[in-house]
Amino acid sequence: MDMKRNYYEDVQLFSSGVVIFWFAALMVFLAAFPFLFKNYFVYVANYIAINIIVVIGLNILVGYTGLISLGHAGFFAIGAYSTIIFMTRLALPFLVALPLGALVAALFGFLLGLPALRLEGPYLTIATLGFGLTVTQVIGKIELFGGRQGLHTPDLVIGPWHLDNDRSFYYLVVFITFLMVIFARNLIKTRVGRAFIAIRDADIAAETMGVNLVYYKTLSFAISAFYAGVAGGLYAFVLRYIEPEIFSLLMSIMFLAMVVVGGLGSIMGAIVGAVLLSWLDLQLRNILSIPYLGQWLEKLSASYFSITGVSNIQFILFGSIMVFIMLFEPLGIFGIWIRIKKYWKTWPF
Amino acid sequence: MTLFNVQNLSISFGGLKALSNISFDVKAREIFSIIGPNGAGKTTLFNCINGIYKPTNGQIRFKGKRVQGKKPDAIARMGIARTFQNIELFAHINTMENILLGRHLYMKTGLFRGGFMWGRHSFAGKEEIAHRKKVEEIIDFLDLQAVRDKLVGGLPYGTQKRIELGRALALEPELLLLDEPCAGMNAEEKQDLVFWVKDIQDELDVTILLIEHDMSMVMDISDRILAINFGQPVTEGTPAEVQNHPEVLKAYLGEE
Repeated sequence: MDMKRNYYEDVQLFSSGVVIFWFAALMVFLAAFPFLFKNYFVYVANYIAINIIVVIGLNILVGYTGLISLGHAGFFAIGAYSTIIFMTRLALPFLVALPLGALVAALFGFLLGLPALRLEGPYLTIATLGFGLTVTQVIGKIELFGGRQGLHTPDLVIGPWHLDNDRSFYYLVVFITFLMVIFARNLIKTRVGRAFIAIRDADIAAETMGVNLVYYKTLSFAISAFYAGVAGGLYAFVLRYIEPEIFSLLMSIMFLAMVVVGGLGSIMGAIVGAVLLSWLDLQLRNILSIPYLGQWLEKLSASYFSITGVSNIQFILFGSIMVFIMLFEPLGIFGIWIRIKKYWKTWPF
Repeated sequence: MTLFNVQNLSISFGGLKALSNISFDVKAREIFSIIGPNGAGKTTLFNCINGIYKPTNGQIRFKGKRVQGKKPDAIARMGIARTFQNIELFAHINTMENILLGRHLYMKTGLFRGGFMWGRHSFAGKEEIAHRKKVEEIIDFLDLQAVRDKLVGGLPYGTQKRIELGRALALEPELLLLDEPCAGMNAEEKQDLVFWVKDIQDELDVTILLIEHDMSMVMDISDRILAINFGQPVTEGTPAEVQNHPEVLKAYLGEE
């Protein structure tokens, strides 16, 4: 039932017992995950959780504030490099270096937000694209950042724990992801989030209602970059080694694709989009190992779809799945969720 | 007492003089209407008052303070709210949240207190509840209970206009600019709106600046009227005076 009895229920995290139940179930599942699955899947889970952080941050910018960024791999890189540099050069502990690194990314987000005050749509896209491409070029030229050779991550020690494998790192990543998700959700439900949404839907009206466009547009960029920075700092420790080439334009595009496929302007959508596309990205490679069908697809793509003669069937499938989702569900996966919810609310009528 | 005053206001876009030498005074708690044919410059005048356009010349003063040159959000902070001719609601959130945005200036929750809202007794939680009470008063006042939790994008035009009025009221303005509040409404909705506008003036002590094409409504509720045509002032006075002014008749009915 949708009966509300007091005003706080509009913003409450747990709106009913059912939600509490599923939340508890999810927590138990997440806690048990490393014991249930083999190491590779724990690595995949870390990778997915990190993507969730970036995509939620990007959704605050794109889905809620109505701006756009094709340069998020840049913030991701800044977060990764600054976290490592803070740890190795300044000997800061990880839990201090990570937020500091993210703050550096946020500072760059703020700076990139300044031109966003004058640019819109395609123009802003190109400006952010330029930023993303420049960051990796600049990093590759600086000796402190290891240049083209890249950097190795230092040992990760938090208090008494030595996080030297995927399993132990998993709990840290999941905990941080959880915090970031709740923070974003609360932010969106309160005053700042409403100002973002107002700017997206009608910026002139928002301004005449007292919303300071300069402040909130740059704030949105900074928050979004902070999220990417946190994720970047964590990602460095998943890979254990980073180099500028990792943070490519393709990465920025993938982040944006996750936001759009999951559903613009929805925290749940961002999570689903990140989970689905990261998983597909990793798993579609296995398609070639399906008996008969795999070999046939490999031959098909090598002889007809590829210029170089190398099979690229996973990318073609990946692309087509995205096309189909957008074609049949323009609101993204979140749109399907809304329909299912509506259906069950009135079932069996 | 003069609450709001415009002096020799002019604005041109390139070679086009959209407004030239508009001057008028609005007294506290009166309904002051601006009429004129399409393209006369009425909405442009509102956009200048609001800070969306920068006037080329002239003075706008509100309670003795300069208005022109400020940003729209600073002008809102002075106590000037408005509604739009073509609805400018936040289409993808519900009625309550739309009106709650009107409380933006009265709320203090920022990035951290919002993000770390940890329950109904936290600062952000308490503030959300307190301002919902205010919003609920507006919802009751404008009879919007039925659409409280509906997304505004899909609501009927008349209802959307009312929500926009509610959002402007949430700002607790001293001066309210209404840009064609009746456009697209049926006779019954228009009747209701006339009462609401009267109530806003009488009970909430709000001064109203009104643009409207529905002459019977304008003549009914206005205390004074300014007629403009081609960006030039035509005449100013009480409804009776303006109604019979030869220039006004010419502008609206054409020449013989």
